[in-house]
Amino acid sequence: MSTRAVSVVRLVQQRSFLVLIALLVALAGLIEIIRPGAVNAHWVSNILEFAAPLGILAAGQTLVVITGGIDLSVANVATAAAYIMASQAPFGVTRSIVAGLLVGVAVGFVNGIGVGVFRVQPLIMTLAMGLVVTGSLNVYSQAAVRSVPGVPAVIHTLGSGTVLGYVPVSLFLWALLGAALIIGLRSTGFGRLLYAVGDNIEATRLAGVRGWQVLLANYAACGFLSAVAGLVLSGTVNAADLSLATVLLLPSVAAVVIGGTSIFGGSGSYSGTIVGALILTVLNSVLTLLDVPDAVKQVLYGAIIVVLAAAYTRVLGHE
Amino acid sequence: MLEASGLAKNFGPVVALRSADLRVRGGEIHALMGANGAGKSTLVKILTGALTADGGAISLGGRPRSFRSTSEARKAGLICVYQDPSLLPDLTVLQNLKLMATPISRFRHYLAELGLDGFDLQTMPRELPRPTLSLLDLARALAIEPQLLLLDEITASLPADLTVRVFNVARQLRAEGRSVIFISHRLAEVAALCDRATVLRDGRTVGVVEPAQGGEERIVKLMLGPVADEVAAEAASPSAPATGGVAVEVRNLKAGTLNGVSFTLRFGEVLGVAALEGQGQEELFDCLAGVRRPESGQIVVGDKGSSFRHPADAIRAGLVLIPADRLQALLRQRPVRENIALPLVSRISRWGPINLRREKRSVEKAVKRLQIDTRVQSEVRRLSGGNQQKVGIARWLVGGFKTLLCFDPTRGIDIGTKRQIYGLIKELAANGSAVLLFTSELPEIQLACSRVIVLFGGALVDEMPAAEADEKALLRAAHGLPSEADPDAQEGA
Repeated sequence: MSTRAVSVVRLVQQRSFLVLIALLVALAGLIEIIRPGAVNAHWVSNILEFAAPLGILAAGQTLVVITGGIDLSVANVATAAAYIMASQAPFGVTRSIVAGLLVGVAVGFVNGIGVGVFRVQPLIMTLAMGLVVTGSLNVYSQAAVRSVPGVPAVIHTLGSGTVLGYVPVSLFLWALLGAALIIGLRSTGFGRLLYAVGDNIEATRLAGVRGWQVLLANYAACGFLSAVAGLVLSGTVNAADLSLATVLLLPSVAAVVIGGTSIFGGSGSYSGTIVGALILTVLNSVLTLLDVPDAVKQVLYGAIIVVLAAAYTRVLGHE
Repeated sequence: MLEASGLAKNFGPVVALRSADLRVRGGEIHALMGANGAGKSTLVKILTGALTADGGAISLGGRPRSFRSTSEARKAGLICVYQDPSLLPDLTVLQNLKLMATPISRFRHYLAELGLDGFDLQTMPRELPRPTLSLLDLARALAIEPQLLLLDEITASLPADLTVRVFNVARQLRAEGRSVIFISHRLAEVAALCDRATVLRDGRTVGVVEPAQGGEERIVKLMLGPVADEVAAEAASPSAPATGGVAVEVRNLKAGTLNGVSFTLRFGEVLGVAALEGQGQEELFDCLAGVRRPESGQIVVGDKGSSFRHPADAIRAGLVLIPADRLQALLRQRPVRENIALPLVSRISRWGPINLRREKRSVEKAVKRLQIDTRVQSEVRRLSGGNQQKVGIARWLVGGFKTLLCFDPTRGIDIGTKRQIYGLIKELAANGSAVLLFTSELPEIQLACSRVIVLFGGALVDEMPAAEADEKALLRAAHGLPSEADPDAQEGA
């Protein structure tokens, strides 16, 4: 009986992943029906290119949600990182990229201090930090930046270049980060502790874990990934304005939830989030193709998230 | 009065109840016994409408019934009081009562019966000790005047004097022709109180016994099944007195209720701590485990004084805690393997890649040694209480320790698992570890300990070798009374 029980549980879990893939394929099929011939290599390439920044942004979000938190500053951080990178571009590409990434790590570090050391609710902490980041960025743009910042060529290539005609350059970066995350969550001590802290932080304390260290490192990692996403996004759209990534905040949470990571922490995976990000991007493509007004888009977005979250609770018994 | 037959319940692939039969007469106190995971809780939940059965039938007073909710069962006169208090902590007791439509005057009447007359209903449950909360729950259940009252391990968190009051109320119900289903792991309680006992094993009813007439041994046999003799052989004599060096020396430790306690714990011994509820034992264990900082006094490990600011400091010094509430220490959603391997990754220097093969090997070894009944991959929340506690212990076999601090490790655990755990504790001590063991069940002290210290009012009032520490002697000492043999012994304490 024991092996059967395990295989049944595994099957359901695998099936939930398959269901997501099926949903993805169904959406693509829908596009093909609406516009025969629309789904081709070029379309796939486009989808991947647009999914990459969201996927990387949602990577950081996944890490935080696994610990039972949420990071509402990811979009602000991505925007700030891209804007600072672009404004520093005249002083050298390397310096500008490092500056952008540092912004991300620094904000994540402060989030981690707030949540890990001072026990501020993650929602409050990151919401507040998001405001601080956006406000500071506005001041910075008025005080220190004279010309409209331009995106360096390297970043432009990273965000919108392709290899062999169809494979987006950003896909390589995404795949690299994705592989690191999936393996890291499964088989490093840090990955284990993220799940453990998300499941029961008191229990980890009794086992000798200093939770603040885990949270601090985790929010910093999330900040870093948000900054990377910001840079990639600025390359994709070849611009870095003050509201670059704002629209990606809720999708970053949605991708995590659709991907099956419990919003209460303690379980989930990045592979789910990847599919979640792809589903959202394809869905967006469908809605754009149908010429659906923005308001309706938002309704559908919200509805899909609610339906999937409910389905997880029912089918998988997430608490 | 109540008749249930062939009740079955599955949770996905896990079979909780195969075929349970239960017959309770009017005016009877009926015990429901079984090892952890035997299906007692599931059966209780089905009877009270918290779960619906997949198969079988229930009839009440001759009429077939099935309850779809606890409120339906309540209307039919069935109510259960659970081990864990159910009052909402942030509403006053009165608000709680109103929320659940409890008749206040009946509630007050039963409170008085339970010895809580003059209780202030404006109190917040948050501020009340656990035993009082249990009594409030009981009074609330009694206030609806149930025909059948189910008591699910209610005595597990009650000190002896309160247990007596609960018994009196149960007997009173019986005299009025009503019925009580009593669930407890304590055989002595069952023998003293119950008319008949239904024994469950592996989700099946395996026998109905009259516990009073020497039925205790039969109950144990039925509960354990074919392995009974094997386990019984293992439950052995107290462990040998210690000869090893000093593991921990506690000097004049003060924290909360704990008011200046000194003792020495040696390698190779199991030192028992006997105390009634709230005599400072929680504080003692918390200080030793680094969960709480003492107000004054010293904990000396090895030859240097230690000040633990975090459990990590205590663990580094070799002191690890097994708490009574096992879920406090476990990751419910995570697999057994990750739970057991947690100490291996706790330090920042272990955040890197895990050697999965080595980890698997050491986890499997611990699982085997403790006979944890599970697939190593399954979630901890699906295990029975006894197996969960074993997981909590297995963690430290893998993580390594010198001194094991067991705070009531067998609370709410069946007798078979208890014996296994005590067997293991003795074995660990024999292999050179030091063990400090508090148990709320005094007769168990002799099962495992070589020496006992008794706490009363935050002070160490007595110390005796295990051989003298029978239940009577411990009870006297735990109540702050001098021992019978030597009435002058405590004059100086």
